[in-house]
Amino acid sequence: MNEPASLWLLLVQFAQMSLVICLAPLLTGLVRKVKARLQRRRGPPLLQPYRDLRRLMLKQVVLAENASWLFRVVPYLMLSITWVAAALVPTFATGLMFNWTGDLIAIAGLLGAARFAQALAALDIGTSFGGIGSSREVMFASLAEPATMMIILCVALVAGSTQLSTIADHMANGAVGLRVSLALALIALIIVALAENARIPVDNPATHLELTMVHEAMVLEYSGRHLAMIDLAAFLKLLLYLSLIGCIFFPFGIAQAGAGPEYYLIGLAFYVMKLMLGGVLLGVFEMSIAKLRVFRVPNFLGAGFMLGLLGVLLLYVSRGM
Amino acid sequence: MNGIAFDISHMLAGFLVLLSFLMLYQVRLLPLLNVLAAHAFVLAMSVAWQAHTQDAPHLYITAAIALGFKAILVPMVLRRMVVRMGIHREIETVVGIGLTMLAGMALVALSLEVMLPLTAKAEPVVREDIALALSVVLIGLLMMVTRRNAVSQVVGFMSLENGINLAATGARGMPLVVEISVAFSVLIAFIVIGIFLFRIREQFDTVDVGVLDTFRGGLR
Repeated sequence: MNEPASLWLLLVQFAQMSLVICLAPLLTGLVRKVKARLQRRRGPPLLQPYRDLRRLMLKQVVLAENASWLFRVVPYLMLSITWVAAALVPTFATGLMFNWTGDLIAIAGLLGAARFAQALAALDIGTSFGGIGSSREVMFASLAEPATMMIILCVALVAGSTQLSTIADHMANGAVGLRVSLALALIALIIVALAENARIPVDNPATHLELTMVHEAMVLEYSGRHLAMIDLAAFLKLLLYLSLIGCIFFPFGIAQAGAGPEYYLIGLAFYVMKLMLGGVLLGVFEMSIAKLRVFRVPNFLGAGFMLGLLGVLLLYVSRGM
Repeated sequence: MNGIAFDISHMLAGFLVLLSFLMLYQVRLLPLLNVLAAHAFVLAMSVAWQAHTQDAPHLYITAAIALGFKAILVPMVLRRMVVRMGIHREIETVVGIGLTMLAGMALVALSLEVMLPLTAKAEPVVREDIALALSVVLIGLLMMVTRRNAVSQVVGFMSLENGINLAATGARGMPLVVEISVAFSVLIAFIVIGIFLFRIREQFDTVDVGVLDTFRGGLR
């Protein structure tokens, strides 16, 4: 690889990293806008999340008296981990410089680490809300992670790799054909994504009702720039899951390795379109469904696990022929 | 058989298994009936696809029977029954949906493990149809065992019958007369079950078959 080419690749990689963090608040703003419009409210403007972040960044941090260093470190940790994970997912192009690190298992591990840090920080100050929040979060996570593993197994069996770049290339080539296992894996991934992002059937991102909140209960004690970072991490996580679904199951228009700048632009347009579509669909879905009771959530996530497992089993059948 | 035809029949059979799991998951009665209708609809699609690929026009009749009777008539009648008995808003208390689904997964794995080696010499489509059909049958049985509401048990029975149909159409050369007689016997069974439902309802004021366990006679 000669010098300018690798420089170019590095540039594209940095473009992707800044792209995800720039688009993430906009995506959340879009989902909120769609939900508000469906409720016949005008809703906040699309750019409201950016303004919220700026306001929070400028505000003073209020810390609990008994907060330890952990409580202060965790927002930085969460934001950086989630950002890295989001930047690893191929968004508009595959074959970027750091794509060899973009492994599904690595991403699952990174997200698990962020969740672990958050649950610890919620326990740190010793309020009861932090306690219920983190215990619920960990319960959901312990149910969502087996499902994630099944999805990874299913996708990896089809594509022959756990590297996202390779998977996206494989899927984009159209050699996969019609696979029911992939449809099952897609539904399972949507279930997991809803649970991981604290979206409606599992958790309501807009509530502070103590009986139901999970994610909000954990971040209740945060303020100022810490809260801004945690919010941004949450936005990034939503974007990450949408890009993951986009790059594994709908890799249309994604620029392949070694493509020219014009392909990158096409890929970018497709990516933004996919994100918009995903955001609108998420808003519509959230409006048309009621939140589950906390004790029903294991069934919901269990269904995700079951779908993933069924996908793997069916794959085994069609492979065994 | 080329790739895409196999993929489509695999997909339809897979969706049938998926809908069986959806039945295990669904605890409300009216949505359950919708799932039953969808189950029969997918079965009809699958049978029609078999008819197309096998060049067996009589299978189209089977598909039409599945569509007319099982996807439209039976769910409609069940829905009317449920509404008439006033239990359409009832939420069934099922213990351990997660556990039931895991048991269902185990049954799917079992039927694959049993059927795939057993049918090693048959065509791929037949093999996977039979293996998945067995799992649909077993999940239908599981549904009948785990549910206490008589209507859900009927739904389990119907899905079981759909599984048998899938297996029968996958294998070549099932005579139409067998199919028709099976369809009608199921219809008769359905009528009998319906009458029983109302009798149970009259006697015990509920369709929860749990009350039959404790009943020792002597009512009225």
